[in-house]
Amino acid sequence: MITATTVTTTGTGATDMSVEVAVFAVCAVIVILGGLGVVLSRNPVHSALSLVATLFAIAVLFLNLNAQLLAAVQVIVYTGAIVVLILFVMMLLGIDTDDDLETEPLVTQRLFAVIVGLFLLGAILAVIIIGGNDAVTGAHSVTQALVTDGYQNINQLGRQLFTTYVFALEITAGLLTIAVVGAVVLSRRPKDVQPIPEPESMIDQGDEPLSVTTDEGAH
Amino acid sequence: MDGQNLDLAYLSLSAILFAIGGVGLLIRRNPLVMIMCVELMLNAVNLTFVTFGKMLNDISGQVIVFFVLVVAASEVVVGLGLVVAVARRRPDADADDLRLLRG
Repeated sequence: MITATTVTTTGTGATDMSVEVAVFAVCAVIVILGGLGVVLSRNPVHSALSLVATLFAIAVLFLNLNAQLLAAVQVIVYTGAIVVLILFVMMLLGIDTDDDLETEPLVTQRLFAVIVGLFLLGAILAVIIIGGNDAVTGAHSVTQALVTDGYQNINQLGRQLFTTYVFALEITAGLLTIAVVGAVVLSRRPKDVQPIPEPESMIDQGDEPLSVTTDEGAH
Repeated sequence: MDGQNLDLAYLSLSAILFAIGGVGLLIRRNPLVMIMCVELMLNAVNLTFVTFGKMLNDISGQVIVFFVLVVAASEVVVGLGLVVAVARRRPDADADDLRLLRG
């Protein structure tokens, strides 16, 4: 047992099946509970923390699947950057108040949403269960067969990214640049900040009411 | 449980996670929670890709996850930019208030 655990933690491939199954079982429970927590939490901050739990469990599952680099990237990018970004926006805007989950603005919307979700789940599970071991078809090792060593995994991923998928990688860089520029443009504070639903002020019609000075001062 | 069944268990787990994220996306109205639900669905897909890569003994399943990660990051950045832009004008807006595609 001890040797199997060390093998798993050093990332040289889980040889003992029971350890792999046990790790999967624990992480599966955390993933599902975290996912339910994201959906059912009334407070958005609690949703974000549940999301962190789910993402960590998925990182452990990546380790279990011998994808060591992806496990590290998952923790760094998702929990380190994306969830923190979401939490920053939450705190910046001050919308960390509880949502009202009791009232249902569209009647029977939740019922239909759950039905659609169950249908989706049933369809995917039917493919997996009926298909069994033939659920996944395709040519084995189209690009390169997996190697199960930890260092080799990083080596192999980098080699594939910069040879076979180098064009996609360049496009990806363009996508990230566009996303950053788009975020800057979207969140730039416009010069004429005024809520749109408000009616036009009387200044445009030539009148000068007394409240103009305070109105200007607010800007 | 042998290796093949464990692979199928991974696929089933990601199917469950995908369904949870989809239902959450449909029933929640807070735009930030909706973004988080999209992240759940993307993570389910990532798990599926890695499992497929293991089942087919192919490294491409793990390479694709990188591209999904980049798309997820871009989606979050643009989505949060939209949330900030909308919340500046209407602080308590939810997804139902934004059906006109204008502030």
